[in-house]
Amino acid sequence: MKALLVSTCILAALTGPALAADDAKDDYERPYHVEDGKVDQAVYNGYRRYGNSCLQCHGPDGAGSSYAPNLTESLKHLTHEQFADTVINGRQNVTSSQQNVMPSFGHVEDVVTYLDDIYAYLKARSDGALGRGRPERMPRK
Amino acid sequence: MLRRAALAIALAVSATVGASAVFPGASANDELLRLQKDPNQWAMANGNYASWRYSSLNQITRENVGQLRPTWQFSTGVLRGHEGGPLVIGDVMFIHTPFPNRVFALDLNNPGRVIWRYEPTQDPSVIGVMCCDTVNRGPAYADGKIILSQADTTLVALDAKTGKEVWKIKNGDPAKGETSTMSPLVVGDKVLVGISGGEFGVRAHVTAYGLKDGKQIWRAYSVGPDSDILFDPQKTTDMGKPVGANSSLKTWEGDQWKIGGGGTWGWISYDPELNLVYYGSGNPGTWNPAQRPGDNKWSMTIFARDANTGMARWVYQMTPHDEWDYDGVNEMILADNIQVGDKRVAKALVHMDRNGFAYTLNRENGDLLVAQKYDPAVNWASHVDMETGRPQVVREFSTAAGGEDTNTQNICPAALGSKDQQPAAYSPKTGMFYVPTNHVCMDYEPFRVSYTAGQPYVGATLSMFPPKGSDNMGNFIAWDAGKGKILWSKPERFSVWSGALATAGDVVFYGTLEGYLKAVDVKDGKELFSYRTPSGIIGNVNTFTHKGKQYIAVLSGVGGWAGIGMAAGLGGDSDGLGAVGAYKALSDYTQLGGVLTVFALPN
Repeated sequence: MKALLVSTCILAALTGPALAADDAKDDYERPYHVEDGKVDQAVYNGYRRYGNSCLQCHGPDGAGSSYAPNLTESLKHLTHEQFADTVINGRQNVTSSQQNVMPSFGHVEDVVTYLDDIYAYLKARSDGALGRGRPERMPRK
Repeated sequence: MLRRAALAIALAVSATVGASAVFPGASANDELLRLQKDPNQWAMANGNYASWRYSSLNQITRENVGQLRPTWQFSTGVLRGHEGGPLVIGDVMFIHTPFPNRVFALDLNNPGRVIWRYEPTQDPSVIGVMCCDTVNRGPAYADGKIILSQADTTLVALDAKTGKEVWKIKNGDPAKGETSTMSPLVVGDKVLVGISGGEFGVRAHVTAYGLKDGKQIWRAYSVGPDSDILFDPQKTTDMGKPVGANSSLKTWEGDQWKIGGGGTWGWISYDPELNLVYYGSGNPGTWNPAQRPGDNKWSMTIFARDANTGMARWVYQMTPHDEWDYDGVNEMILADNIQVGDKRVAKALVHMDRNGFAYTLNRENGDLLVAQKYDPAVNWASHVDMETGRPQVVREFSTAAGGEDTNTQNICPAALGSKDQQPAAYSPKTGMFYVPTNHVCMDYEPFRVSYTAGQPYVGATLSMFPPKGSDNMGNFIAWDAGKGKILWSKPERFSVWSGALATAGDVVFYGTLEGYLKAVDVKDGKELFSYRTPSGIIGNVNTFTHKGKQYIAVLSGVGGWAGIGMAAGLGGDSDGLGAVGAYKALSDYTQLGGVLTVFALPN
C-alpha cells in the first residue's frame, strides 16, 4: 500500500502531459505557484495539513523546534521523492546524544492524501518563495 | 458490576465515618505526611500535598540573595527539554531526564557523585507520538521507593537505595498515542498517575496502583459512561447540584467520546483531611470544535475524587466545548483561609487555568468563588457567569462561531495558555500566589480531520505571537486569589516556563527561557538576583538544607512546548510585529542541554 502510493505519484510525474522533460522535472520538484505572495490551492491546503500533522514537532512555518529539524533547511537537500519516503516510512536517529524519531505516516489518510500539497507548501517556504505565517489564497478560477 | 457494588459500599462507609477518619488499610502515608512538612527535604515535586512550592527556610533572604552563587553543577547527558525538578530525601538528591528517562541518585555529602543511575529500555518509536517534546516532570518518592512514569507509560518503582526495579506495570499503549510526561503522586498506599495523548484522540484516565506491588486499584476516565468516570449521579456534584445520570455521554454526539481526550497529564494535589485528590483534564478530541458538538464533558474539568475509591465528589468544567485547546491540567493549589469578599474560605482551591482565568473554589464542595483574568490580554471570554459557572464567550474570538476553514484572529491567550503546566508558588506568609505566565496570542483555523489510532488528531492550524502592543511574551506575576487581582507583574522577554518557589526569606525564585535563575522580592517583584545557567529553564526550582545550610536547585535544558518557537521565534502574519525585539528566536539566546545547578550563599 505504501509502496503503491509512492510509485503512483512518481508515475504521475513521469507520464505527465506533453511537457519538456526539464519542465516536468521542475514541476515535480517545485510544484507550487506563488504570485504576489498569494498561493494556489495545493500550497494552501499543504499549509493546513502541515498544521495538523507536522507543526507539533517541526514548528510554525516549517522552521523547526528544539526537538525537530527545520524543514525549510531540510528541503534544500531532500528531493521530492526522498521527502515522500521519509514521511511515509518515518525515520529514527537515536544515539546516546540524540533521540530523534519521525513516525511513519504511511497509513495516515490526512497525510498520504495530501502529501504532495504538504511538499509544495514546504518547498515554497524552503525556496524563499513564501514567507512565514498563513498564506493568502489566489482567487479561485 | 461487582466492582461497582464494592465502590458503592466504600462510598457509604466513607460518608458515615466522616472525612477525616482514617481507613484501615488505606490510611494516609505517615512518612509522606511528615516529609512534606520538613523544609530540610524536598520530598514531593511541588513541595507538599497542597502543591504550595513554598519553603519555610529563611537563611536566604531578600537582603542576602544577591550573593547567591552556584556551588556545583551536573550534566544529565540528555539534550531535550528538562521539566520538573529535583527531589531531596536525607542526603540524597534524585534528578531525572526527558526520554530516555534516566534517573540519577546523587550524593549530597560528595556533591555530584552518582550513587546509582537508572535508564529504562524503551522503544524509541514512542518519541514520535509525544506531542510536544519528550519531557518528564519527575518521579515521586515514598516508602523507600522512587516511582517514575516513563514516556512509554511504564510505571516503575525503584529501590531508592540501589535503583533496582521493585515492580513495574504498563499504564497505557503508545501505539494508540498514549504516553506519559507527568509526575505521579503517592497518596496513602497508592500511586496515582495520569496519561498524555490529547493530540492523538486517546481517552484519558487517572489510575491508582498499589504502592507495594503496582496492582491496579481504581481507574477513573475523564469521559465516558458513569461506571468508567466513577461518578455517582446523585452524590457527584457540579456547581452544587447532582450531575445526574450519563453526565458525560449526553454531552457528546454518537461515539465521539471514545476518542474524547481529556488528557490527565498535569499535576495532582491531595487534601489528607478531606481524603480528596484534585486534578484537571485536558482538551476534548480534535481541536476542531465542529467535529464534536456538545459540552464534551468532562474535558477541561477540575475533579475532586475520593483517594480510596476514585469516586468523584465534585467537578467543575472551566471551558465547555473547547475551541482553543485550553487544557485544564494546571496545578491545583490548596490554600486555607482565603478571604473572598466578606467570607473567609477555610479550604480553598486556587487554579490558574490555561484559558487565562484564575479560579478560586471551595475545595470541600466545589463552590465557585472567584474567576478572574490573570492576564489583561485575555479576550476569548468577557467573564465567567458565577451562577452557571460558564465562560461568556466573545463571538469575535470563537473559533466555533467562525466555523471550519475560517481563520479566527487575535485570540488571547494562545493554545499555550496564559500559563501551562509550569507550577506557581503560594506563600502562606504573604497569602499571595506567584505565577509564571505566557503572554501570547494566536490565530486559529479549525478544519476537518480523520482519526487514525496512534496518529495526530489535531484539526487546527495556529500561529502565535505576542499581544498587540506588547514586546514581551511572558510575565511573572503576584496574584491575590481572594480578590482576583494582579498585585504586581514583572515582564519577561519569553514565556516563563519554569515552576516557581516562594520562601520565608521573602523571595520568589523562577527560571527563564534564556536560562536565568532569578530571585525577586515577594512584595513588588523587584529583581534581586539573576544567574545565567547553561541552557533555558523549563524546570521547577526547589530548596533544601544539607548539613544545616540552605541550597537552591534547578534543572536547565530548554525544550518542551516552549521549544516550539526555539528555531525561528514564534511566527504569524501579523504585520508590524517583526520589528519588535522580543519577537526574536529563542535560539539567539540559548541552546539545548540538561544541567542541574545547585546554589548557595558563600560560607
